[in-house]
Amino acid sequence: MSSDKIIQVTDADFDEKVLKSDLPVLVDFWAAWCGPCRAIAPVIDQLAQEYDGKVIIAKMNVDENPATPGRFGIRAIPTLILFKDGKVVEQITGAVGKTVIENALSKVSK
Amino acid sequence: MIYDVIIIGAGPAGLAAAIYAGRAQVNGFVLEKMSPGGQVLITDFVENYPGFFEGISGFELVEKFTEHAKKFGMAIENGEVGSIEPVGENLNIHLTDGKTITTKTVIVATGATHKKLGVKGEQELTGRGVSYCATCDGPFFRDQVVAVVGGGDSAVQEAIFMTKFAKKVYLIHRRDELRAIKILQERAFSNDKIEFIWNSTVEEIIGKDQVEGIKLLNKVSGEISTLKVDGVFIFIGIEPTTQFIRGLVDTDERGFIKTDEWMRSSRQGIYAAGDCRKKPLLQIVTAVAEGATAAFAVEHDLE
Repeated sequence: MSSDKIIQVTDADFDEKVLKSDLPVLVDFWAAWCGPCRAIAPVIDQLAQEYDGKVIIAKMNVDENPATPGRFGIRAIPTLILFKDGKVVEQITGAVGKTVIENALSKVSK
Repeated sequence: MIYDVIIIGAGPAGLAAAIYAGRAQVNGFVLEKMSPGGQVLITDFVENYPGFFEGISGFELVEKFTEHAKKFGMAIENGEVGSIEPVGENLNIHLTDGKTITTKTVIVATGATHKKLGVKGEQELTGRGVSYCATCDGPFFRDQVVAVVGGGDSAVQEAIFMTKFAKKVYLIHRRDELRAIKILQERAFSNDKIEFIWNSTVEEIIGKDQVEGIKLLNKVSGEISTLKVDGVFIFIGIEPTTQFIRGLVDTDERGFIKTDEWMRSSRQGIYAAGDCRKKPLLQIVTAVAEGATAAFAVEHDLE
């Protein structure tokens, strides 16, 4: 039931959709078994609506896509990584409130 | 608009309060900063909630609570409380997004969150081998070696859970015996993958980009040693989520809210239920009972 503003990314299209994106991209690394991932899902949905056109909000299922989490040393979910111009701007681990994510997003969107 | 009650937090205590308040047709809603659940969401298996003798996942149980609260007309709204300000007979709840809600009463059911060790490397390596949630992060440690820190129910239960993935689990405890209940102790002692390291504390978590090991202090011998591990799972207890209300109501030195048997705090109109409240047993079953009691008290005191 995630927002239609959210894009799904995979190991195959991660470079194309995230690293080469013109807009900053927030990637939510998640899995179905992870309770806190479900807990932050509604917040991610709201942010996708609110930052539409400013920041792309993406999700990656770490079960189906093991390579990318490995590349970024992810060993905990949920992990949110904010990318701009192909570089990591901020990494947030664990379920956090909306304001923590908004603070990160404010660094890349005006 | 002045509400009768606002319930802060949609864990078991808040949702039970919502069921009782909703059924009593008290006007209000539940505020939650994430989605309903609370700490229960990180529990893979609940086997001591009455009626669910075969066990139920934390997620499923909380889903049932949520549906139940909604059935009796209580909405669950997304919002994070910044502060509460008493204004005359009422309370103004200031949200972090700038909105204000005015209500006659508040049930604080904000629960608690995991405590940190407070050692070097912990913050830096969180999400890079340091974890507070075995059910979330366990699968990243398949065939690896992990340390679980703590000696209570959570530590022992999660150590057992981690043996599904890890090839070796060290359970590190600062005393020479576990605090966990007997049934969990017996399961842990009979598990070949778990090795116990007694009388020891973690002094440092070592690693550059990923956890590589931990520095241990043996409290009896004074000996310092290094243990090579790929992950560190920390379950050393909890602290209440009550920062936003300290100074407004009486708490103990750790921040747990003191109440009477009606769940009334020291300030009129503010009630507390669940893990944020000072009490001897922090369980789903007690949280639910306190939520119900708090809602009953609200209804009684409003009349």
